[in-house]
Amino acid sequence: MPPMGPHGRGQAVPKPKNAKKSFLRILKYIGKNSVFLIVVLIALVLTTLCTAGASYGLKPILDGIAQSISAGNFATEGVRALMLNLALVSLCYIGAAVFSFVQSKIMVAVAYKTTNIIRKDLFDKLQTLPLKYFDSQTHGEIMSRFTNDVDNIQMMLEQTVVQFFSAVFSFVSIVVMMLVLEWRLFIVALIFLAIMIFNSVNIAKHTKKYFTAQQSALGKMNGNIEETIEGMRIVKVFNHEKQAVDEFDRLNSEFCKTATNANFYSGLMGPCGTGINNALYAAVTLIGGILVLSSSLSIGTFFTFLSNTKQFRQPIDQVMNQMNNIFSALAGAERVFEIMDMQGESDEGTVTLCEEKTADGKKWYWLDGEKKIAVEGNVVFENVDFGYVLDKQVLKNINLYANAGQKIAFVGSTGAGKTTITNLINRFYDIQQGSITYDGIDIKRIKKDDLRRSLAIVLQDTHMFTGTIMDNIRYGRLDATDEECIEAAKLASAHSFIKHLPDGYNTVITGDGDNLSQGQRQLLAIARAAVADPPVMILDEATSSIDTRTELHIEHGMDRLMIGRTVFVIAHRLSTVRNSNAIMVLENGEIIERGNHGDLIAQKGRYYELCTGKAKLS
Amino acid sequence: MVKKLAGYMKGLWLFALVSAGGMIVEAVCELALPSIANMVYNRVSVAESDTVDLKSYVIKIGMLMFALAMTGLLGGIATMKTSSIAGQKFAYRLRRDLYTKTSEFSFKNIDTFSTASLTTRMTNDVTMLQNTVMMSLRMLVRAPSLLIVSAIFAFRINAKLSMIILFLLPVILAIVVIVLKFGFPLFRKMQKKIDVLNRVVQENLIGIRVVKAFVREDKEKEKFRLASDDLAKQGAKAAGVVVTVMPIMMLLMNVVIVYIYYNGSMDAAAGVMDVGQISVLSSYVVQVLMNIMMVSMFLLQFTRAKACGDRVVEVLETEIDIVNPQNAYIPENPKGHIEFKNVDFGYHKNDKVLENISFTAEAGSVMGIIGSTGCGKSSLVNLIPRLYDVTGGQILIDGVDVRDYDISALRDLTGVVLQKNVLFSSTIKENIRWGKADAADEEIIDACKAAQAHEFITAQPNGYDTDLSQGGLNLSGGQKQRLCIARAMIKNPKILILDDSTSAVDTATEAKIRESFYTKLKDTTVIIIAQRISSVKNADKILVLDEGKIAAIGTNEELLESSEIYQEIYKTQQKGVLE
Repeated sequence: MPPMGPHGRGQAVPKPKNAKKSFLRILKYIGKNSVFLIVVLIALVLTTLCTAGASYGLKPILDGIAQSISAGNFATEGVRALMLNLALVSLCYIGAAVFSFVQSKIMVAVAYKTTNIIRKDLFDKLQTLPLKYFDSQTHGEIMSRFTNDVDNIQMMLEQTVVQFFSAVFSFVSIVVMMLVLEWRLFIVALIFLAIMIFNSVNIAKHTKKYFTAQQSALGKMNGNIEETIEGMRIVKVFNHEKQAVDEFDRLNSEFCKTATNANFYSGLMGPCGTGINNALYAAVTLIGGILVLSSSLSIGTFFTFLSNTKQFRQPIDQVMNQMNNIFSALAGAERVFEIMDMQGESDEGTVTLCEEKTADGKKWYWLDGEKKIAVEGNVVFENVDFGYVLDKQVLKNINLYANAGQKIAFVGSTGAGKTTITNLINRFYDIQQGSITYDGIDIKRIKKDDLRRSLAIVLQDTHMFTGTIMDNIRYGRLDATDEECIEAAKLASAHSFIKHLPDGYNTVITGDGDNLSQGQRQLLAIARAAVADPPVMILDEATSSIDTRTELHIEHGMDRLMIGRTVFVIAHRLSTVRNSNAIMVLENGEIIERGNHGDLIAQKGRYYELCTGKAKLS
Repeated sequence: MVKKLAGYMKGLWLFALVSAGGMIVEAVCELALPSIANMVYNRVSVAESDTVDLKSYVIKIGMLMFALAMTGLLGGIATMKTSSIAGQKFAYRLRRDLYTKTSEFSFKNIDTFSTASLTTRMTNDVTMLQNTVMMSLRMLVRAPSLLIVSAIFAFRINAKLSMIILFLLPVILAIVVIVLKFGFPLFRKMQKKIDVLNRVVQENLIGIRVVKAFVREDKEKEKFRLASDDLAKQGAKAAGVVVTVMPIMMLLMNVVIVYIYYNGSMDAAAGVMDVGQISVLSSYVVQVLMNIMMVSMFLLQFTRAKACGDRVVEVLETEIDIVNPQNAYIPENPKGHIEFKNVDFGYHKNDKVLENISFTAEAGSVMGIIGSTGCGKSSLVNLIPRLYDVTGGQILIDGVDVRDYDISALRDLTGVVLQKNVLFSSTIKENIRWGKADAADEEIIDACKAAQAHEFITAQPNGYDTDLSQGGLNLSGGQKQRLCIARAMIKNPKILILDDSTSAVDTATEAKIRESFYTKLKDTTVIIIAQRISSVKNADKILVLDEGKIAAIGTNEELLESSEIYQEIYKTQQKGVLE
């Protein structure tokens, strides 16, 4: 009875919808390594044959010895026969060891190679999926494609397939041997086999039921642990310890109850299998013994049959176990392939971006067929409607134009649609109605990658990647020199804090960024955008976590950063918004006021209310 | 560690005993069967005499074997039942105590462990320990008893040949040690590669907008390709070790069989033993060797479980640094007058976050605290409900040191809205009731109206019964903050602390929330930490903190006159605002 792995006996396993199709597709991934599979199959058959050969070779040896001893010629012929037979058996043993080594070694290599390709394909595909997909899935769900599902496929290739076939082979060889040996005893064995299978199926059914209950109780309990440990400070502040402990105790005992049952039933498979097999052993001894006595069975056959009976159970158990593993691997494969079959971001754009070095730096052009248009940064929205899901409009009839070099600000309460507008410019989402043009070209006609390269964006949630600070700034433009990165950091006022870090620009930061404050990360994100040096820049609450005193210091840098660019700014701080060329006040997806600061204040409308904090919400 | 954990088996030893007993019964029955069958074989093979007698003998033995098979089955079932109960009960108790202990932790205790590590200890580590207990109950008795019984049988048949066990024992142990020494570091390395790969995927998912905005898909693919190749290489290497070991072990067993067959035949020829006993002997010897391997695998499981046990016990044995004082003070009619007297504070030794802080906040007044990030504002207010203890000086509420208060009473009279907002997965109503367990629906609605949350709550399809645990519902940061404010306000506390808790609420709404502090919470001392001057300028007193020290105290007007820092903040924020 091996320790229970993640796919222990009888665990609830989702059935794959189309097992054959998924299996064939995995085979396709094995691709040119398929040749090895044939070698593995041959090795597998040879291993089984060798093992069988060895065990059937042993019995006659003893009969021979017994005969030669009673005949008194052991010292001469007996020893010779013994040596010869043992040599043959040893050969079989060595063969079995070698072939099983070859077969598992190849399978390991094939499994790791194949899953590596699958994994990379999956990730590559993921990079092409639209943001809509990421919005609709939790990270945990996508992660489990890479961890559980790919792991299950690997497990299947590495061990399960081989073990499954080897169990089937040895089962068949035992059954055939039994049948050949003695059909009457074989019928007895068949009856017990039926009982065994009936019993296993029955237990599996129970186990599945209890495992499902256990998983659900476990999910609830672990969810509670995660949540309350994370929120333990709140629990304490509200004196809620007792309630929290009571609630946990309830979930804990619920889990304890279901887990005890699940463990019990899954554990039953072993002793029951053994018990029934032992009963078969007893029955064969009894019936076989009587048959021998009534002289319708030879004593040698009787004993060989008996020893076969002992080995009867193991392959049945293995087949049942491996079936579960194969099912869960194929179900995992289906989920992986489902992602691979998804529609990637569409990109029918033909207009490309090109860069030309000129005497005073570089200049960017749009290449529209033969036409060459200078990249200026004129962005125009015309009657744009948009909703993330059908029949739920987020933006209604948006019209705006941003001339090259202008600063356009969006203000309004949360959920008004500010971020959504900026997400449309770089085609994170596609509009349903109206048009957006960039330097007079419909953005749908521009190659997506090039469109995005011509825009830089700084988001409120500043995500960094594990690596040095320098690497993270260089993320904006991969061929930027160290000097250019440092220059950008200075522009974003990040230089002074970076200098004070233990390793300066070579300090390694982690993605979740424990070692930097939110404000510092925002400065880095600004530097990252600065190094990209694009004609259009989007700042979405880019300085929200920077306290006002620090913001005062970076203001100058920000102003320099914006020179000569079209800038879209989303902010709730007036100091950031005030000097914009145009301010758009958004409410419920519509622009309700527009103009510069002076105009809007004079209007005494919503903007005025927001500024003075005197707004009366209806 | 073991002693501490063994305490959790209290009252379960009977189950453990039954479990062990059942296992031994199963093992003995299983082992006895071949020997008994051999008796039949021996009798019928020489049978020429009385067949009728023999027949009844065979039937009798057959029945006996059948009875043994059933006894073994019962033993096995008993083991499964009792070991499941004992293992799960053990885990249940351990989890319960861990949870209770954690709920008693002070903030400082939580800081030292980090929430992620506490969660792992309560989930993964306990599961590992529980598996170990259960496996021990099922296997730890079975393997050694099979080992011993088989060894006894083997030695009784032929002691000389059985000596090979002693010879092979060190060989098997050596192989196991080699696998541990060389195999496991490979698996550990592989685990690290898995972590790297997961990190790459996770960062990519979190930062997918950044990746797409900068068109860095190719760079990400390259990063992933390296991580994935690395993992594949390391994985194949680690799995390769396992694959090599198994056939070697198998071959070792088979060598033993050949050895016994050869020497057994020689002995049989010399008349030392029966030919029929040779196969029985070899199966016993193989059984012994298999169980030696099994036992050594167990030791391995134990070393891994030991690490988990240590981590769990560490939590259980943590000294809690904030405990209720003796003769704790329970105020009868608290007012909410706060006084800081020369307070020093630091999270670690030699680390001064706050230095020599002295001020008073009158009962029922509103006090604002302003200052740049990291200047110690949050630390300061955390000291009031004794979430941390001061390192110097003292804090008095209504003239009594907070350390003399009954902790529950102290926290009951203070309401805190922390910077990091946490709502729990239940309905909105249930979440608000955290502040006051027996609050009527009207009270809840009142509090939510005061916190400007009523409107968006009623806009939800299920209103106050909206379940916050359902993933689809996405409250904005500002909405969450308002729920947290409502949750604290419904307590109707004597002291209300708001730690930058309206940062995501727009100015207009914030003004309305502030208004309700004056109208609804007249007798409550309110402390507001804020970034915006507009949030605090109407306060009775504003405290300007700079690098852990009080830079200035006064009203808005006074500070505009006297405090340079305050003026600076004011200037940056007033730009463009029409007064």
